[in-house]
Amino acid sequence: MRSLLSVLLIGVPVTLILTLVGMTHGMLEDSQHRQEGIGADIIMRGSTSTSVMTLSGPSIPEAMVPRIEQEPHVAEAMGVVVHNVDLPLAVLGIDMAKFNQMSGGFKFLSGHTLQNPDDILVDDLYAAQRHLKVGDTLNLINHAWHVAGIVASGKMARLVVDRKVLQTLDAATGKVSTIYVKVDRPDNIDVVLDELRRALPNYKIDTMQYWISMFNAGQIQGIREFTVVVAAIGVVIGFAVVCLSMYMAVLQRTREIGILKSLGASKGFILGIILAEALLLGVGGTVLGIIFSFCSRWLIATLVPASIQMAIVPAWWPVAGLITLFGATLGALYPGLSAARHDPIEALAYE
Amino acid sequence: MNSGDIISTRDLRKIYRVGSVEVPALRGVDLNVKPGEFLSIVGPSGSGKSTLFHIIGGLTPPTSGEVHVGGENLAAMTDAGRTRMRRRTVGFVFQKFNLLPNLTARDNIAVARFIAGADGRPDAQFEEVLRVLGIAGRLDHKPNALSGGEQQRVAIARAIVNHPAILLADEPTGNLDTENSKAVLEILRDLNDRTGQTILMITHNPEAAAFGHYTVHMRDGKIIERT
Repeated sequence: MRSLLSVLLIGVPVTLILTLVGMTHGMLEDSQHRQEGIGADIIMRGSTSTSVMTLSGPSIPEAMVPRIEQEPHVAEAMGVVVHNVDLPLAVLGIDMAKFNQMSGGFKFLSGHTLQNPDDILVDDLYAAQRHLKVGDTLNLINHAWHVAGIVASGKMARLVVDRKVLQTLDAATGKVSTIYVKVDRPDNIDVVLDELRRALPNYKIDTMQYWISMFNAGQIQGIREFTVVVAAIGVVIGFAVVCLSMYMAVLQRTREIGILKSLGASKGFILGIILAEALLLGVGGTVLGIIFSFCSRWLIATLVPASIQMAIVPAWWPVAGLITLFGATLGALYPGLSAARHDPIEALAYE
Repeated sequence: MNSGDIISTRDLRKIYRVGSVEVPALRGVDLNVKPGEFLSIVGPSGSGKSTLFHIIGGLTPPTSGEVHVGGENLAAMTDAGRTRMRRRTVGFVFQKFNLLPNLTARDNIAVARFIAGADGRPDAQFEEVLRVLGIAGRLDHKPNALSGGEQQRVAIARAIVNHPAILLADEPTGNLDTENSKAVLEILRDLNDRTGQTILMITHNPEAAAFGHYTVHMRDGKIIERT
């Protein structure tokens, strides 16, 4: 029972680590996937945008869009307005015709495209999270939207409205947040990129390939530190649980330790037994934590499929395991050394 | 130490410290045991027989005096040295059997071999001993499924599996009924007769003591008589 409880408690920080890492990976992969779905080759962001998680408000003059479209080799440019709602969710204002041309359009699961100013498209994950269906009213940004269609997730955004309507609501008429550019031929992406950077030095202009590569945990401020903190908590919990558990085990087995000593077991042998048991608890906790991380993913996908995505990241299993085993070994050292130092006569007399 | 003695003590003293109080347990014990002897040690509680047993078995060092076991001077040994000595020179049989409760009888015996660094199955001579002990059919049972007599026989098997020079038995019949006590004592005597195993046995029971070749009487931390 003691061992089972220890494994359970050790499994908790492993679950925490794997859930955090899984959420980071899942949400970035989802964002990456949706960016890829736009079909653009180049992205131009406002000068205040600092990272993939920093979504700037509309700061680029909309007039840039036709200007960019006049550049050689530019097939199409599309201005998009971003309005954050509940992070990481955002409503995007787009030109539906341009979006269809650039990306091939949304795949409609039900309903139809934007037809009226109050129409909003939601993706299937958001619809599931908010229990929405076509014809429902959705209140966002102090505005009552009419759910016109439900689209398959994986393109652009979860919430899409008409650009002009969103500009009006945001008091940002004539401004966009991002401009996506499609080039006539892939060979010309670098040529267009260089030209845009030269002509518009105050904006952040990158290829979509580079932009999408920025969607990794190392690029997000604080994530690495946060992961380290959670891992440290894992070590501390693993240490405390194993220390307590093995201390109890040593107390319960004092007589057995005395027996082993009477048979000639060395201090190293006794310490080895205690460490081996602690490592076994650590391995058990790791396996349980991995199983629990699947439960976390199921829970997240069931409760908040649109807001949070969690991926299973097997590459982190050995990392979480090593963190746990480190904590467990550390926790077993004191009880192990205490057991190894037991006086055999006193241990044999222990009732 | 006389040549030929397997155990030899000279002016052996042991003082336990309880807080600031010193409690002498042995007050100068001189003892010589030759290989193959079966010696019974008797005496009232507090006479020092268990302390003598623990020192000869390398479980605790003496405070002063000499103690040679199997040609080694235990008084000069470190804790690690005494641990090594316990592995190969002595085997213990306790009143409370002291089997590891989660292991089968077979594994209890195997643990002693493992700790001693022996590998493989016990030798043919040991298999014969198991038959003599009458536990060959009970080896796959855990201690709680064995009777007291069976447990003590497993403990004897464990104590001699590495062929120690000396078998130390501390009240081996103290927790057994008359029938099982007699069986265990006969096993010890048989072991001594067949293999020449040196045995030191602590007992309160004069009838049990009579199974040995000699009896050493202790009182107040000293040997007062050898009969």
